[in-house]
This record gives sequence, C-alpha cells and structure tokens, in this order.
Amino acid sequence: MSAVPLPAADPVLEVEDLRVELRTPRGTAHVVNGLSYAVGQGETVAVVGESGSGKSVSVLAMLGLLPPRVATVTGRAVLQGEDLLTMSPERLRQVRGPGAGLVFQDPMTSLNPVLSIGKQLVEGIRAHDDVPKAVARRRAAELLGEVGLPEPDRALDRFPHELSGGMRQRVVIAIALANSPALLIADEATTALDVTVQAQIIDLVERLQADHGTGVIWITHDLGVVAGIADRVLVMYGGRCVEDGTADDVLERPAHPYTRGLLGSLPDLAAPLDPDGRVPDLATVPGLPPPPTDLPPGCVFWPRCPVRSDPRCETEQPPLVTVGPGTPGRHGHVGRVLEHRAATWYQEGTAR
Amino acid sequence: MSDILVSARGLEVHFPLRGGKGVLRAVDGVDLDIYRGETLGLVGESGCGKSTLGNALLRLVPPTAGTVTFDGTDLTALGRRAMREMRRRAGMVFQDPFASLDPRRTVAQTVSEPLEVHGLRSGRRERAARVGELLELVGLDPAVAGRYPHEFSGGQRQRVGIARALAGEPDFLVCDEAIASLDVSVQAQVLNLLRRLQRQLGLTLLFISHDLSAIRHISDRIAVMYLGRIVEIGPASAVGSTPQMPYTQALLSAVPVPHPELERTRQRIVLRGDVPSPAAVPSGCRFRTRCPAAFEPCPDVDPALQPVGTAPDHVAACHLHGVIGTPVDGRTAEDVSAAPVD
Repeated sequence: MSAVPLPAADPVLEVEDLRVELRTPRGTAHVVNGLSYAVGQGETVAVVGESGSGKSVSVLAMLGLLPPRVATVTGRAVLQGEDLLTMSPERLRQVRGPGAGLVFQDPMTSLNPVLSIGKQLVEGIRAHDDVPKAVARRRAAELLGEVGLPEPDRALDRFPHELSGGMRQRVVIAIALANSPALLIADEATTALDVTVQAQIIDLVERLQADHGTGVIWITHDLGVVAGIADRVLVMYGGRCVEDGTADDVLERPAHPYTRGLLGSLPDLAAPLDPDGRVPDLATVPGLPPPPTDLPPGCVFWPRCPVRSDPRCETEQPPLVTVGPGTPGRHGHVGRVLEHRAATWYQEGTAR
Repeated sequence: MSDILVSARGLEVHFPLRGGKGVLRAVDGVDLDIYRGETLGLVGESGCGKSTLGNALLRLVPPTAGTVTFDGTDLTALGRRAMREMRRRAGMVFQDPFASLDPRRTVAQTVSEPLEVHGLRSGRRERAARVGELLELVGLDPAVAGRYPHEFSGGQRQRVGIARALAGEPDFLVCDEAIASLDVSVQAQVLNLLRRLQRQLGLTLLFISHDLSAIRHISDRIAVMYLGRIVEIGPASAVGSTPQMPYTQALLSAVPVPHPELERTRQRIVLRGDVPSPAAVPSGCRFRTRCPAAFEPCPDVDPALQPVGTAPDHVAACHLHGVIGTPVDGRTAEDVSAAPVD
C-alpha cells in the first residue's frame, strides 16, 4: 500500500484550484484562495472552519449561486465529468438537481412559506424529470416516508410553518434527494437544530448515503459532528485549506497550529483538573481571522499563530505537505492509505 | 445570611393562547435553589422554557403562580423602588450581541447607563473612569469606549454586553445563550472570561444554554429542563457522567465529541419524534411519549424529584427510581404501582 494524494478513486466531484474574489466597498475580498479536493462515491468530506473562512462561499461558487456582477470565480469544479464553472446557465440548472442537492442551515428560509410541502417537492421532481403530476406526487410521498416524516401522504398538504424545525429540515433533505443526486452538500444543515434532532438527521443522511452511494460534503464548524460522520476532513482558514486528512488524523493528531487551537478551544471532559481541583481554562486562539480584503502575505494564520518561529512565516505561503504516515481509508478508499497534509512552516520540536 | 441567593417555589409561567384555546405552559411548576457563588447550568432543548424561567427569576416576565425570592425577599411582592434596587443586583447577558446593543450609542454610553440609572457614580468623570475599569475587566481596551457596536466583532460585542451587565455591581448574573452565536474559538474566550469574573467578583451565575459541553465545562451544578419542568438536577460531574433520567441520558448521548474512534463505537440513544407542544403537555411524566424506558405508572403519576445515583444532592423526576409523585385523576401512587400489567 502506498500513500495516494487526496483525490478519490472514482470521484463524484473534483475541485481544482478554486478561487473566489468578491468586489466589496472595502476592496477586493479574496474569499477562496486555491482550494482543491475531491469527493468519492459514498464518501463524506467535512469542510471545517469558522465564519469567514470561505467554506460556504466555495460551494455557492461551484454551483453558480453567487451574483456574477460581484463574484469572480476561477479554477475547475468537475461534477461527474463536467466542469460546473464553464457550463451554460441552462445546463447548470439541469445538472443541479440530479447532480448536486443542497441543504442549508435554516429550513425556514429555504422552504417557500406559501407553498405546501407537496407542491415544493413535486416542482423539484418535475423540473428534472418529465413525469405526470400524480406520479411525481406519489414519489414525493415516498421521499417524505424515506426521510422519516410521519403520515407522508397527509404531510404533502401541509405548509412549512405547521412543521417543527427537525421536520422542516427533513423536508429540505427530501427535496435535495428528490432527483437522487450523486452529491449532497449540507451547509451547516444541523446547526440550528437541537442535539437530539441533529442525531436523527445525521442518522438519516448516513442511511441514505449507504443506500444510494451519495457523496456528501458536510460543511460545519462543529468538530464533534465531524468526528461522527466524516471520512476525510478539510480545515479552512482565510480561504485556504490549511490541513486535510482522515478524521482520525486531523482530529486526533492535528498538525496545523490553527487546527490545534480550534480543538483546544472545545471543552474536553477528559482534561485533567487544575491543582486547585477546578476544570482548567480552555485554550484559545488569540485575535481574530484576517479580513479577506486584507490577507497577510505568507502564512494566513501567521498573525495569530502561537508557535510562529520560522522566518518564512511572514513572507512565504507554506504549501500543503505530508505531515504523517496517513491512515487507511474507509468508504471508497478501502485498502488504501490516505494522506495527512498540512500547510504550515511549523515543525514539531521547533516551537517558539 | 443564607446560602441560597435565588429561590423559586412552584413557579409557573403560563401564556394564554389566542382565541382562548387553552394555555401554553412555558414554565410549569419549578422548585429551584441557586446557591451563593455557584454557577448553575440550565440546559434543555429549544422550547423547553429555560429562557422563560431565567426571565421569570428576574421578574422580566410575571409568573402566573408560585414565588421567587432573591436574597430572602419575595420578588412578586416588591414595589417599584425596591424592584429597581433588585434589578441592580441582578444582571443579564443576552444571546445576540448584535441585537442587544443599541447601534446608535457608543460603548461608553451603553455601559454607563446602569451607573446613571442606579446613581452609582456621580459626575461624568467618575462614570467615565468606571466605564474604563469595566471595559478592562472584560478584556477590552478602555480606549474603545467612544466606538459604536458595528466597529466590533461578535466576541468583542459580547464583552461589551457583559461589561454592561456588571456595571450595577450585581450579585447574580443570568447568561441566556450568551455564547450561542459566537465562533468556536471566540466561545472559548467568553467562557474563560465568565469563569474568571465569577471567581474574581464572587458572582452567582445562571448559565442557560443548549450546549451541554459548555454547560459541563462552566457549571458547578447542572439542571436539565424538559417541557417547563426541571427533570434532573445535581453536581455537574454526576449529571454529566452518570445521568439518571432517560431524557438526560439521551441528551448526553446525542452530543457529538471530537473523537472519531469514540463517535464510531458509542451507542447513541436516538429519541423518537418531536418534543410535544407545551400547550398539550402529556399526563403523568411529560417525557413518557419519547422515553425508551416508559412503563405502566408513567402516564398516571406526575413524577416528583427524588434522590438518585450516589452523589449527594443529585435528584431526578423519574419512576425508574421508584414511583413517587402526584397521581393523575385522584389515584394514589400505590394504586398505580400495584395495578396489573396488561
């Protein structure tokens, strides 16, 4: 077994050097700066980062959902052999449903409040599949049953406000899955939900993924969720990937100072107590992320880095390089070793 | 001086539903003591009534039944002047630092308002000096006093909100989802700050959150709320590691932890269905409709808090530990537990 670079064996999606610039009153915002990754069949890739890291903008850009007057998108985003970034708007519309389903954070704003659940599902199905209404309606009811909505036939005639947050998010997932997409993108899909409901939704997505072999991009800031669902993790900071690898490598053996800071700022119940018998303070990352209109030269994390020491930190952007032996892959990667990479000049033993 | 700073007995906050269609029982019979100098974490899912309970303890919403005492004084009987003094002694930090600060007022104006209202510092210069002290206390540069909220990040705004809450030199601070809208690394900064202030100023803290990890980190004791009731309460270590009520167990098992191996192997208790509406609370134990361990007495006896586990002061409202409580429709607890199984 030899270590292979991150692209999956038979990728559903391949992103190459994706860059997004937004025109803002404060100048050009460099929101995504050279992002490359791939998602394999049945694989879950978690994209992790805090607000402003570019994680949501990167998927909006791929799907052509950014206003073209403001956004400049370059690079390649190949979904099942076709580059989304060079596609005509009509072709993109055709591809979106059966190609990629999207689930956003807030189910109340992604559903139309004045249309019944059934209308919204039927519309989604018929937009990509020319079937009679009655057939689409039957399929809609099946989908609602599949995502665990009680009494799916009656639920079709209900309106979004009549459902709870968890039920609404199930409806959004049903719509996203209506055309059996090869790729499902969940952007903070469980963030607004209670933990018990979040557990239900995660179970649901994992079950559907196992049944249909869907590739999943799960965008989140919750590293606990990542640990449970992700095959691979990509940590974003300042619009760049600063670390990637299997969930085990990135979460248990983080190499980048930012990933370490992020993990250290989570309350850990296994942490030893202070001498005075108290729970120790949380480690924090001092300062704030740089504004995308004014990124530092060199390493993007340099101004906040607690272990900066290399003279190159300030001037030279560190490349993503292998930092460990990697770990054996799971879904779609069985029998292969997946690399663990980080972009930092920091090396173990040279701290401060 | 008693050890108890804030106490609720039989506290109820019911809201009438429009059109006379019954009542929404947001807080539905809460007995609670908050000890001087402790941090009590109040955890529960959305709609369980935890914010309403926090508001009721400060009399920001009037209770429909029951009493709240603050440092031995019955709040429900206080007049205006006495209530104003009470307000000085109890502060509140809100969830959304974007919505809870007036965008047209400078930080200095926001933080000094309580000083003026309560007559704590006479003279502009004294107030400005105190604002500087307060900003320093929460880790902000006093030089930012002349700035407006939009010039700050979310975490910095929350610090301003905390400085304002501390301006009246309160004994009691209610933090209602105070870290929920912040990024992970900023949450850690604010959690550390609250812990430091609590120790430094000897504050009594009620930390309301849906985030069990944060609650376990910051609290001395944890209270778990479900549909308007406290269903389990005890030392943070006991409730956090050996919960005794099936709801708390499910809640804890649903919290994802950032360890892949652990996440892959552990058994998660996935609850069925949704939380019932607080306008239609189930009879007997209100958790029974989703409880994986529900049995015969659950619909018939409303469980009372009883000692559970091995830690002192750990109580839970659950019949698995003995059928104790108020029977529904006049039967006794003994009748119900003796009833044949069908």
